[in-house]
Amino acid sequence: MTCTDFLSQLTDYFDGQVSPELIEEVKRHTQECSHCEVVLDSTRKTIQVYRDNEVYELSADLRERLHSAIMAKCFAKSKA
Amino acid sequence: MEDIQSPVTEEEIHPDVALVARAREGDQAAFEQLVRQYERQIYRVALHITQNREDAEDITQDAFMKAYEKLDQFQGNSKFSTWLVRIAVNESLMRLRKRKTSKTVSMDEDVQTEDGAIPRDFAEWRPDPEQNYSQSELASILQRTIQGLPPGFRTVFTLRDVEHLSTEETAEALGLSIPAVKSRLLRARLQLRERLSRYFRQPKEGQPA
Repeated sequence: MTCTDFLSQLTDYFDGQVSPELIEEVKRHTQECSHCEVVLDSTRKTIQVYRDNEVYELSADLRERLHSAIMAKCFAKSKA
Repeated sequence: MEDIQSPVTEEEIHPDVALVARAREGDQAAFEQLVRQYERQIYRVALHITQNREDAEDITQDAFMKAYEKLDQFQGNSKFSTWLVRIAVNESLMRLRKRKTSKTVSMDEDVQTEDGAIPRDFAEWRPDPEQNYSQSELASILQRTIQGLPPGFRTVFTLRDVEHLSTEETAEALGLSIPAVKSRLLRARLQLRERLSRYFRQPKEGQPA
């Protein structure tokens, strides 16, 4: 496996859509190539940090206001 | 890698199907339940794409209004949530276009010019990089970082990695092919990684953390 092969498989690898053989190949490649090992680890952490942290929180107040506005807009139109 | 796999699609009939059927017959409470279920998600998607809270509020209202008006056109061969997300994405991209007036914004324009697939930063990250920051510092880092991505990449990343849509659902919501979604997702993830590296990298020995 070359570094280019490694990159081209990365999306499927993170999505669990690769064969066990390919997982082995990725493992072997990252044991030999420290650059790709760093890319694998830091890309995994990038995905994880966005999954684990709410980047934009919606406060309860705003949610209620937004909800009322949505309902008013939908049903006002439907009656017209 | 089980923790970041996409969810398995269920063969069973989704409970939304019944709610949509009731809403179509004029049951406002059924539609309100759908609104409750998805308003936060739609708001987040709109905010991620437009990066503007006022726009995101307007888009959320408009997306639900359009969905309500077009409920008869919902075929049921996709999930209601995917259909709704597609409406919200279209509204959001339209907003971006309006904001830029003369310049058009499409899902494709940034793909030609941005080369985000070649990693340059090979600095090792800390084992738990986010622990060095408070919750609010971290949120602001993540916001600033995702803001810098071109809209086409930001949108794919948001749907796949923030909102947990599958590759197929993302392709459907954006009107893109599956290979296009995969290649944008790779480039989005690698660009974010590159940008986050300055905050999360392991300090070199002898340097202050």
